[in-house]
Amino acid sequence: MKRSRFPFIVTGLVLVFFYLPILILVVDSFNASRFGGAWRGFSLKWYVRLFHEPAIWTAARNTLVIALIVTFVSLLLGTTSALALHRFSKSRFQRVHYTLIYTPLVVPEILMGISLLMAFVAAGVKLGMGTIILAHVTFCISYVALVVLGRLQDFDFTVVEAARDLGATGWTATRRVLLPMLAPGLAAAGLIAFTLSVDDFVITFFVAGPGSTTLPIRVYSMIKHGATPLINALSTLLLALTFTTVLVSQRLSKSGALEGGQ
Amino acid sequence: MKNLRRRGQEFFLTLPSFFWLSLFFLIPTALVFILAFRPADPFGGIGRGWTTATIEGLADPQYLAIAWRTLWVSFLSTAFCLLLAVPTAYAVARAPERRRNLLLMLVIVPFWTSFLIRVFAWKSILHPEGLIKKTLVFCGLVDPSSQLLYNLGAVILVTVYTFLPFAILPIYAAAEKFDYRLLEAARDLGARPFQAFRKVFLPGIRQALVTAVLVVFIPSLGSYIVPDIVGGPGSEMLGNKIAQRVFVDRNLPLAGGLSIVLILAVLAPLLGVLALQGKKARIQPPEGGGKP
Repeated sequence: MKRSRFPFIVTGLVLVFFYLPILILVVDSFNASRFGGAWRGFSLKWYVRLFHEPAIWTAARNTLVIALIVTFVSLLLGTTSALALHRFSKSRFQRVHYTLIYTPLVVPEILMGISLLMAFVAAGVKLGMGTIILAHVTFCISYVALVVLGRLQDFDFTVVEAARDLGATGWTATRRVLLPMLAPGLAAAGLIAFTLSVDDFVITFFVAGPGSTTLPIRVYSMIKHGATPLINALSTLLLALTFTTVLVSQRLSKSGALEGGQ
Repeated sequence: MKNLRRRGQEFFLTLPSFFWLSLFFLIPTALVFILAFRPADPFGGIGRGWTTATIEGLADPQYLAIAWRTLWVSFLSTAFCLLLAVPTAYAVARAPERRRNLLLMLVIVPFWTSFLIRVFAWKSILHPEGLIKKTLVFCGLVDPSSQLLYNLGAVILVTVYTFLPFAILPIYAAAEKFDYRLLEAARDLGARPFQAFRKVFLPGIRQALVTAVLVVFIPSLGSYIVPDIVGGPGSEMLGNKIAQRVFVDRNLPLAGGLSIVLILAVLAPLLGVLALQGKKARIQPPEGGGKP
């Protein structure tokens, strides 16, 4: 049977559509011209300028601190949640729990941002790094829980039972058997939580206060105030970081990790 | 005794996430509905007493026009995403294995890339001094004085750009499992290629199509960054209005009122899908998975 070429042509166009803007941005970051569109020779001056912007480094540090705490807390909460959902899946209470885990995923970010802002204002909480961390954990829990749950669902629990039969206590079996086998799933979930936290702009923007500027907020104000070549350079650095992360996670997945959600 | 222990275990495993999400998701969402009936205080906080003035104020034609535009932009973006995602997902699913993994990775990478940066990339190429404008003018396709940025077209284009990977992944997940011998059978029975595609393939991946519609339509209803960066005054959406009430004139109750409109707009398609599917809700991870 002869297959139509049409889907392959569309795919090609879609890939050009995906990558052309990114490619132009990367090329422009090495452009000596202040405005893109005309090539005025290769230059690293925007990168040099970038290194002399202390505001960017403060924002990067804030982002990293927030993301690390968020990853840790949401891994903890998301994993316990996934264990409960998996082990007691027949319980009616877990149905409610599952809905509660699932709903934040379908709520537009701006709604979560405004509702958290209102809650913090109503409770008289001072906006800052703390409120950003609380907000990020709230949307990361769901992703962690679902990725770990996906992992648990194709998990061979007879191994844990075998450990119990051989005399391990419940805790030992969890720590020595379950957790190591779950490790790749946890790594995948942690990576997702970390990326989501680093990348989030909308919710962060709503709950941020003075002195808690994160990298996306910094990038946003640069976009608004027209520091184009600097954003090109910063974006290129961040893109390089993303591509490396994806490559590493692909490598991990080849050895059996990062199949979460499947 | 054993049952009691099991109950206790369930309680301790469920409590942390349940408590957290109740405190930081359920209560704040309920609060939006309550605070919309409070007056604003002059210091940008929430005043005392109750008022329905905010909700009545939402009947303003300005807001109705914006609510309508929000629906329209989301509808068009979803339609374009599906039109591009179905052939792409099909092509990726049918590619030989080695190439399939490469293609899949190429689709996933933008998914992990910063949202702001992807929107910004379009701002700089649609810019009057940007590459696309210059190319189009050079080819004589657009007038040098025309504006590619800051209009509804730019908002839809960039919305499609940012959400397309979310549409491709669930459709790919279904297309990969589809039994293509069914298509061959349809062809053998005399169906033309497009007919077989429409009558056999599309119904076979229906569930994934619904997922794809939801993962594009719902976030675009809440769009804020895209119209804010590449849109103009004539292409504002509900998200922009909510943000303006928060960051420009600090009227939280009015922002709450607008959010209620947005919540209702989001609930409508969700409830529609749930009603169509009956009570098939089961505990399982979503197809495709990944980022919002």
